[in-house]
This record gives sequence, structure tokens and C-alpha cells, in this order.
Amino acid sequence: MIAPETAPSHEPIHQGTFWLPKASSTLAPGVDHAWDVVMWVSVFFFVIVIGTMAYFMWKYRRRTDKDETSTVDHSAKLEITWTILPLVIVMGLFFVGLSGFMNASVAPSDSYEVQVTGERWLWTFIYPNGAISPSRLVVPKGKPVRMVMSSKDVIHSFYVPEFRIKRDVIPGQYTSIWFEATEVGKYTLECAEYCGTGHSDMLATIEVMEPEQFKQWLESAGGDKSLPPAKRGEALFNKWQCSACHALDGSRKVGPSFKGLYGREETMSDGRVIKADENYLRESILLSNAKIVKGYDPVMPIFKDMLKDDDVNDLIAFIKEQK
Amino acid sequence: MAQAVADHPVTEQSGTNYINAQRGILSWLLTVDHKRIGLMYLVSTTIAFALGGFFALMLRLELLTPRKTFMDAATYNQAFTLHGAIMVFLFIIPAIPGALGNFVLPIMLGAKDVAFPKLNLLSLYLYWTGAIFTLSSLVTGGLDTGWTFYVPYSATTGTAVVKVTLGVFIIGFSSILTGLNFIVTVHKLRAPGVSWFRLPLLVWALYATSVVQILATPVLGITLVLLMMERVLHIGIFDPTLGGDPVLFQHFFWFYSHPAVYIMILPGMGIISEIIAVHAKRRIFGYKAIAFSSMAIALIGFLVWGHHMFVAGQSQLAATIFSFLTFLVAIPSGVKVFNWLLTLWRGSISYRTPMLFALAFMFLFTIGGLTGLFLGMLSVDMHLHDTYFVVAHFHYVMMGGTVVAFIGGLHHWWPKITGKLYSEKLGAASAALIFIGFNATFFPQFILGARGMPRRYYNYLDQFQPLHQFSTVGSWIIGLGMLVVLYNLLSSLRSGASAPSNPWGGRSLEWQTASPPVTENFEVAPKVTHGPYDFSTESQ
Repeated sequence: MIAPETAPSHEPIHQGTFWLPKASSTLAPGVDHAWDVVMWVSVFFFVIVIGTMAYFMWKYRRRTDKDETSTVDHSAKLEITWTILPLVIVMGLFFVGLSGFMNASVAPSDSYEVQVTGERWLWTFIYPNGAISPSRLVVPKGKPVRMVMSSKDVIHSFYVPEFRIKRDVIPGQYTSIWFEATEVGKYTLECAEYCGTGHSDMLATIEVMEPEQFKQWLESAGGDKSLPPAKRGEALFNKWQCSACHALDGSRKVGPSFKGLYGREETMSDGRVIKADENYLRESILLSNAKIVKGYDPVMPIFKDMLKDDDVNDLIAFIKEQK
Repeated sequence: MAQAVADHPVTEQSGTNYINAQRGILSWLLTVDHKRIGLMYLVSTTIAFALGGFFALMLRLELLTPRKTFMDAATYNQAFTLHGAIMVFLFIIPAIPGALGNFVLPIMLGAKDVAFPKLNLLSLYLYWTGAIFTLSSLVTGGLDTGWTFYVPYSATTGTAVVKVTLGVFIIGFSSILTGLNFIVTVHKLRAPGVSWFRLPLLVWALYATSVVQILATPVLGITLVLLMMERVLHIGIFDPTLGGDPVLFQHFFWFYSHPAVYIMILPGMGIISEIIAVHAKRRIFGYKAIAFSSMAIALIGFLVWGHHMFVAGQSQLAATIFSFLTFLVAIPSGVKVFNWLLTLWRGSISYRTPMLFALAFMFLFTIGGLTGLFLGMLSVDMHLHDTYFVVAHFHYVMMGGTVVAFIGGLHHWWPKITGKLYSEKLGAASAALIFIGFNATFFPQFILGARGMPRRYYNYLDQFQPLHQFSTVGSWIIGLGMLVVLYNLLSSLRSGASAPSNPWGGRSLEWQTASPPVTENFEVAPKVTHGPYDFSTESQ
């Protein structure tokens, strides 16, 4: 098996029953109840249909070419029975499914709100105090959290298997979904709507903390100033999931590798040759699509409003070290 | 073989038939004979199926490991897009109506041809033209939107979206014209004595399919034209950066593509009705219920498109209504299954190849249908939407259902089409391989999806690897089974025994003429005095 690349590793999805992941939100038991009901209905009908079929297949196998077969070719009673009975059952399923869905659609009025932005291929979470957290959603346990979501480019979908919630994230409009986590721990958020080359790498970590701990995290959400700039840059590189598109070992991904990038001369898509110096790197981070290296697509997010000057300095320091 | 059931004298092996009546490539390319056109559809759709199947095997191979196995992400995305687009638009929609429908429908009615033979040939040429456009994307930048072409992704990607949508647009006309042709043929060209309730159930199924083809396909055409205009002229219907609404595209797309699911499955259901009745030599149970359930599926099928969008940002009220209607459409499918079951009751069941495929269909379609109930439930769908559970569900319906029915039907009418008998042993082996391989491939995908594995993922979490590997090995077994089918059928052409006119003891009209039939289908214009399932073996 190939070892994971530089991308931060993600939590596995915690297994609950044979079929379903662990139920870790207040909505999950309702969904699982509906799952159980429809599973039993399905098993019931499957056994009836396939059991009957197997029995008939044996009982009425052809013995001779002159076998006599039945002329009974209809029965109003039977037709009505197997129309009405399944109808009643599926109407039951409809109502069971409806109640869980409505619970997920209407967030409690005291919900804590987080703005969610999806873009190729990065999740960003913005807190009411202005803190920005890329690829990592930290939430308090036992408190309803409402996501107000929008996309910057194509459609994405916010999916957390352990919470049993999913909602598309659409450009040009807001969608929302909420959950209340019931267990402290780490979970993986997956993008569930196909969005291109990095679709399957568009994961994020959800960290559920005790409310006290969450408060502390929120206040200090900013990074560690005691580290050297290149180290802080490395943390930013991981935090913003740059590794989804930029390798450090010289291999080609969606974007160019950082190995030996600093100081190199690159040919742009318009034919110009530009030396990758500090100003080029700064512009390429903040206004990513201003200059595109030949052979690549202009798909990198614009970081102008998301990174501070210090962050850019740290990232450049980190890139310089990739010789 | 006893000919006790034949109503009309049949000249066995009189020499001329529709295949050898004329020679030369032009006699095929310019033919208006529905049987020859059907045969050309058969060859064309089989090539498309092989190509789509090749992509499927490559996808499964790539998924052997959680990260790169042998292709990069961009190639993988193109491979699943082309797998889907080829299978849906070039194979599964045209295959049964185009190949088997074209061949048997006029004969079942006692007609010499379809109502508009030249239009029928035009359908085939439109199919070929559309196929060329679609497949040209293979060499000109590929396509990576998924077969669903969702905007804004499809409005911005650098791949050959316009070419493929143009191809699908053209194929749409092929589909519309075939539907129109069949409807008129059923209304106008029934032989004396073939009343509506003496139509074989395949005809009812194809009729219902044709109604959907005519009413739904234009919406796909309009949607694709709008998508092309969006890409070329930037008019801003779907693209939010131009003020458009991306969810509107999904409404338009599924307004066609959900009914299209019934274009795919209804003809398969029709084939199953034929095979089960003939190979159990028993009057079909609930003829009218099966016939009307086809029409009910065709009509209710128009009202459920929103169930593809429960989590896509449509209103909760809309989602609720679509969920309700979705459960309604489950009922007529259930009615069919129950009636097929009762057709086995007190029958005389033979286990020749077509019946083996039909019984495999019953098993697989039942699972496919029941897992649809999970997805129809709003809350459960929130968890399962866009996961492998959905992938498994529609493969159980589309492949376990339609493709297995198609292969069963191909074996059922092969002696009629070619005049040759294939090896029953190899037939049974291929049915077993496909049945086992299919379940090995797709059942694990239900588990994957329920455990949280999203679809269209190139990389995946390590925990999913064992189930993915199981699924991949299953795909090899299916591939082997398909090769056995191909070998068995093709070698019958060279070395198979000559087929009698009625190898299974069928009662519908196609079994009352020579194998293969003459160009005009019947040497004597048929008159029908009994139903298609009145078997002489009946106890009185």
C-alpha cells in the first residue's frame, strides 16, 4: 500500500453497528430508527418474495414436456391485497422518514452559528468572533451548532457520517444544517458532491470539545508565535490543506510542487518567464490567479481576505526551505 | 421439437430469410427492415457496452488501493464519467428498444415492419451520429463532469462538455423517433385478432417506454441546449456568477433523467414477463395488472424527479411531496414482482438459459427495489445520498435488472434472430458467473455507503479498503461471465445447431414464423385466435 502523502491524516469513521457508523449527534438516533424500520420491512419482503420463488422453483420444476399447468390467471383479491398492504407499509415509511428530516431541517433557536465556506478543495469555518479556521471545525459538545453554508465555486456537500447529516453547499445562495454533537472526539467531514480533481481530498476534521475547552480554543484561535517563521509556515501549509494541490517532493499535483520553487524561473501561461521571488510568491498566494504557470489550471482559491501579512511571510519562509 | 402449438404452417429452413435475402454492406446500411436495423442496434449497443464495461473494470482496478493505484485523479474522474455516460446514453436506453424491441415488436403484432421504416433507419443513424460526437471526447480532452453534467462544474471545466452534450442531444432524437414509431405501430399495425389485451406484455412495456421517451426526452434536449448556451454564450441561466441558479439545472436534468430510469427498466420488465411465462409454460398471472402497472410506472415516474435532490437545497415542502410520490411509484413495481411469482405457481419451470437470467433478475431487482425504499425515506437519504449505497442501489436496478433482463432476452430470442442454438451448458455457466460476480461486486457497496463512503471518490479512507477489494474481485467475475456470454453466442453462429421455429414452445406470434424469419416476417398473413400466453399444456 502506498503511504499517505503530506496531507494531514484524517480520523477514520467510527464504526457503530455492522451497517452504520457510531451515532454521535442528537439527530442520529432518529435516522437510525428509520433505518431499522426500513431494514426490517425490506428483509420481510425479501424473505417472502425470494422464499416463495425458491419454493416454487423446486416444487414446479418441469418433469416432462407434457406437464399440465394452471389456467388460473388472475385474482382480484390477491391483486388488491398486494397493492393495498404494501401501500400502507410504504406510507408508514414515508412518515417515519419525514419526521427525522424535519428535525434536521429546523435548527433550535439557541443554536451557535458557524459560517461554512466550501471551495475547491477546502472547507473554511468562520466563527462569530471573527476567528477563521480552515479544514478544522471545532464545536462544543451538547450545544446545537447551525452551519450557514455557501460555496465560492461549484457545488459541494457537507457530510458527516457519524452525525447522519448532509446538505449541499451551493454557490450564490445559503443552505443550512445543524447538529448537536453528543460525544467529545474527532470526526471526519467529507465532501459528498463531486467537485473535480481534489473531490476525494476535500475532507476536514471536526473536533468536538467540552464547552469550557471550546471557549479557550476559540479565544486563542490564532496560532503559536513562539515558533520560527518557517515552522509556522509549515503549520499554515497543513492547516489550509495546501498539500492537496502542492507537493513538497517535486511531483506534479493540481498545482506546481514547492520543491526548489524559490528562485527558479517559471514560464507563465501567457509565455512570460518569471523568477519565483518573494513578490511573485506573495501575489500567487493572495491573488492566486494573477499569474498561472504554463500547463496548470487557474483553480486556486483567492486568499486575500483569509490570510494576514504575517501568515504570508511565514508561508514564504516555509516555501524557501523546500530546496 | 414438437410443433403442436404452431398455428400457422412454417417452412423450416426454406432457404431465404431476412439475413441472406440481400447481400453487401449497402444492403445493410440502406435497409428499412426492422430486423436488420435491430441487429445493427444490437452490434452497436454491444460495442458501447463493452467500452463502458472496460471503463468500469478500470475504475474498480484503481480502487484496489486507497490512494493512487495506476491512474491519476483526473483520469479516474474521466473514466467514471465516460462509464456512466456511455452506459446510460449509448447502451442501456437504446439497447432493449433499439435491438430487441425493433426485432420482435412488429413480429409480435403480426406486422411486416414498423409503421415508419425509413424513420426507423434514421433513428439508427442519429444514434450513430450522437455516439460519434460523444466518443470523440475520448480523444479531445475527455469529460469529467459525471454523467449528470451538474452546473456550475460543467459550465467551467476545461473538458469536452459541449461535444458530449451535443452527442447526447442527437441521441435524444433517435430515442424520440423510436418511441414515436413504436406507438404508431402498436396502434395501427396489429394483425387481425391481436386486440390490446392479446398483446404480449413486452409490447405493453415498450409502449409505456415509448410514451416516456416522447414526453421526457425533449426536456433533456432543452436542458442540454441551455447548458451549451451557458458555456458558449454565458447567458446566466444556471451559473450563479452570472445570476443563474444551479439547482434549476438539477430540476431540469432529473425531470428527464428520472423518467429515463423507467425508459431503462420498463423494457427489461417486459422481457421478464415473456421469459417467465414461456419457460414456465404457464398463462401469465395478472396480465392486466402487469400491463397497467407499466403505464402507472410511466406516469407516476414523471412526478418523482425531486427525490434526487432531497439534500440539494430544494424546499422542505418539495422534498416532502417528492418523497411521498416516490413511495407511490414503488407499488406498481411490487405488483409486477408478485404477479411474476404467481406465474411460477403451478407452472412447468424449465431451467434453460433465458429462465436462469430471468430468475437472477427477480432476485437482483427485488434487492434493487427494496433498497430504493431506504433512499425514498427523507431522513435515511440524508445519510445515504451520494454514497456508495446509491451506487449499489442503481446498479442492482440497472445492471441486475435491465442488463440481466437484456441478456436473458437476448438468449430467449437468439434462436429467432440468428436461427442458431447456443450451448445451454455455457449459457448456465455465464448466468451463474454474472449472478455471483454481480452480488460480489455490488453488495459490498451497500455496506460501504451505509458506513459513510461517498461516491466518485478517487482516494478513500483506509478502513474501506477490504470491501473495495472484494468489490473489485467481483467485477472480474462479471467480466468473465460476459466473455462467456459473448463466446457462447458468437460460436453458435459458426457451430450451433439450427434452431427450430419455436424452441421454447412460445405462443406469441414471433414463435409462429421461421427462425430466422423471412424479410416480410410471415409467409402467410397471420390471424390470431388466442392470447399470447394460452399454452396447450393447460389442465382443463
